[in-house]
Amino acid sequence: MATLIVNGRREALDVDPNQPLLWALRENLKLTGTKFGCGIAQCGACTVHVDGQPVRSCSTPVAFADGKEITTIEGLKSADGTLHALQQAWIDNQVPQCGYCQSGQIMSAVALLESKPRPTDADIDTAMRGNICRCGMYSRIRKAIKEAALTLPVSAPDLTDVEGQPNE
Amino acid sequence: MNKWTRRGFITAGVLTTGALVVGVAIRPGHRAPKLAGMVADGEGEVLVNTWVKIDADNLVTAIAPHSEMGQGAPTALTQMLADEMDADWEKIAYQEAPAHEDFANYALAREFIAGDMSIPRFLDDTVDGVFLNLAKSDLVGQITGGSTSIRLTGQRGMRIAGAAAREMIVKAAAKTWKVPARELRTENSQVFHDGSGQSGRYADFAEEAAKHMPPSQPKLKAVSEYQIMGKPKQRFDIPSKVDGTAMFGIDVDLPDMKYAAVMGAPVIGSTVKTVDASTAETMPGVVKIVKKDHFVAVVADGYWQAQQAIHALNVTFDEGEAGARDQDGIYERFRTAMTEAVDQGKEKEDISHGNARKAAKSAARTFEAEYSVPFLAHAAMEPLNATVRIDGKTAEVWTGTQNPLLTRNAVAEAIGFKTADVAVHNQFLGGGFGRRANPDYSIMAAQIALDCGFPVKMIWSREEDTQQDWYRLASVSRFKVGLDDEGMPVSWEQQYVDKHDPPEAAHPIYNLDNAFVHYIESDHHMRFGAWRSVDHTQHGFYIESAIDELAHEAGKDGYEYRRALLAGKPRHLAVLDAAAKAAGWGKTMPDGHGLGISIVESFGTLCAQVVEVDMTGSVPKVSHVYAAADPGFVVNPDGFTAQIESGVIYGLTAALYGEITIEAGRVMQSNFHDYEIVRMDEAPEIHVTLINSGAKLGGGGEPGTPPIAPALANAIFNATGKRLRTLPLAYQDTGSV
Repeated sequence: MATLIVNGRREALDVDPNQPLLWALRENLKLTGTKFGCGIAQCGACTVHVDGQPVRSCSTPVAFADGKEITTIEGLKSADGTLHALQQAWIDNQVPQCGYCQSGQIMSAVALLESKPRPTDADIDTAMRGNICRCGMYSRIRKAIKEAALTLPVSAPDLTDVEGQPNE
Repeated sequence: MNKWTRRGFITAGVLTTGALVVGVAIRPGHRAPKLAGMVADGEGEVLVNTWVKIDADNLVTAIAPHSEMGQGAPTALTQMLADEMDADWEKIAYQEAPAHEDFANYALAREFIAGDMSIPRFLDDTVDGVFLNLAKSDLVGQITGGSTSIRLTGQRGMRIAGAAAREMIVKAAAKTWKVPARELRTENSQVFHDGSGQSGRYADFAEEAAKHMPPSQPKLKAVSEYQIMGKPKQRFDIPSKVDGTAMFGIDVDLPDMKYAAVMGAPVIGSTVKTVDASTAETMPGVVKIVKKDHFVAVVADGYWQAQQAIHALNVTFDEGEAGARDQDGIYERFRTAMTEAVDQGKEKEDISHGNARKAAKSAARTFEAEYSVPFLAHAAMEPLNATVRIDGKTAEVWTGTQNPLLTRNAVAEAIGFKTADVAVHNQFLGGGFGRRANPDYSIMAAQIALDCGFPVKMIWSREEDTQQDWYRLASVSRFKVGLDDEGMPVSWEQQYVDKHDPPEAAHPIYNLDNAFVHYIESDHHMRFGAWRSVDHTQHGFYIESAIDELAHEAGKDGYEYRRALLAGKPRHLAVLDAAAKAAGWGKTMPDGHGLGISIVESFGTLCAQVVEVDMTGSVPKVSHVYAAADPGFVVNPDGFTAQIESGVIYGLTAALYGEITIEAGRVMQSNFHDYEIVRMDEAPEIHVTLINSGAKLGGGGEPGTPPIAPALANAIFNATGKRLRTLPLAYQDTGSV
């Protein structure tokens, strides 16, 4: 039995501890905003936050997340339903096409801005290169991240280069 | 665009509105009750027209048989309808037409079969009759593909429906108010009679309007009258795609549903011989092992459990001769067959005008070159999947498909059900690119569900998705071009492998007096699938590389050489000039950097691209792409721009990395580590210039893809002096400096 805190809610899961977090979220908790893309941490479609760090949930066992706080795309809006600045920037810039990768893109971008509130192009390259967009909307994603960054206060400390990077 | 002739109406009417199908004045209990019942789902709704619904709240819903796969066609289609209808954009919605024969997309059938062929007027009815039947068959139907949504459904369906609906409402209002129709005006889904100060909502007149036959020739707006078309509009589907609420096929959840993982025959087309499931069936969660002719499935309580178990199966296959094929052998057979075809006079003619072979004899010199392209997978982000529930004699399919009607027919046939007993609930597509025009995955899910007796969600692994595709086929092309003293072509001969769609893909856009284009057919086991822009992907690369080589042979600039060969074609010149101008063509480039240009006409749209490449690193780095496109008229400029951007990146991935190779009959690539995709750090800045020439509408989803590969190869040549005649480019000795 694993206990996860998912989007602020405590969830007890009776699943194989080796089962990837992705399938626990999608099938057991019915949080289908997190997507399956490759199964081997190559595409980023399944990106969620575990204790604030972006991870590829397709390759993260439930056991690893036991007792930790998980944030998925469904948990990004504020309590009153206001969109996260990045979600709004995604709409303003008409970023998604098919949209399938966008939950993962947004979760990676949120982690980036939390570690680097004013990212450079190189920061964006590094943080976002783990997320494939087959519709090729990279230039819009870049623009949206930069726009959203300007709306967010620079309150978070600028962490080291190591933290806040997605695992490959 | 407002040349709306009687003849045009009759043709388009049958093709898109086609009385029986559209039955413009249908409502529940009237004309086509079955159809009306499927679309009208609330009290007080009256269907004024198949393509448009006005409900009691005055909400206008556009209805068309096109699915949303990211291309934004639903929004643009709705713009076309709303503009002609003078509808209120704030109270408008889009609904995908259900998979029903009455929505079969006749226009698409006609376009695909007839291509650019002009049809004699007296044959109209006959031809339409043929297409009507074709569209109802398994061959064609309700499909989102061929960049056709806007130019066919939009032009021939939506705008006409909008204009007709508006005229009918005006007529109904005139009758109700007892005033002349010409004194009425419409705005924001309301009718006004300024003389008497009366006004009313469209919905108020819907029922009265539905009693009348639609006008035979509704008047369409002139471009100068457009209010909504040509303006950037936010896509309807985007808000749900930023908060996880968008429902893709893979997200469907049914009570008592189980999950299936599948293993297809690794050598495509071969059959399953034996299955040893002794380990797999004892694994946790495993419910059932399903063995079919071409695949095996494990059904389990969870998808991960099914996946674990499928790896524990021991399956053998009857592979036959195909199991001995490899990539080099496939290319070698192409080359042998190409030579034989010419030696034995067995060329299959694609296009011929003048006399290329005769003209070649008098040429001052001859240019010869051979190009090749590999197999390509689609690699849409959402792995293929379908969920099927079979209840007695009815079946329901939830999936994302570019062709719900074909899916419905194919599933019915595969499981021996009547078509009427199968329903398809189409969901958002996590990428289509042509792959989801094929119903194979829904058929598999239905076969599994039929064996199980409970609902099953089948999901392909990324590995299956890569190895069980319907591929852009590998091909080789040979050119023999006779040149005069100035280096201009006097004869043009191109030979290639395999002709699919669209029929004009290998027809040069340049002024060539003597051209002979011919092909052979391949005999390998790999199956063909439409891959974004279909045959234009390879012919764009072949022709635009060859033209660039000719320019170099002639000692001329590639841009100027093309201009000379496009004399008298103002649209082509304008597009080429726009891309060149945006890029600053002719500017001095640093060492190791280069510009390359290309122009391809596909799906009625012209697209030129200039690539700026940096060859100083280990792989070519494309820093900028300057694209110019002329689709006649752009309905949603931001949406169209996004399509060009997308097409460029999709084509760039193929140009740099895209390669499926065959060994022992099998696809050797399996996932994104060995089938690489362009990522954020490699994505160029893309500058798009749109041109509204006023020509017949062209498509938007595909024309951005073909020009990028040749423009990049040409840029590499200009940067390094190395001519690359085969794709992909990144793994070759690109002459990096």
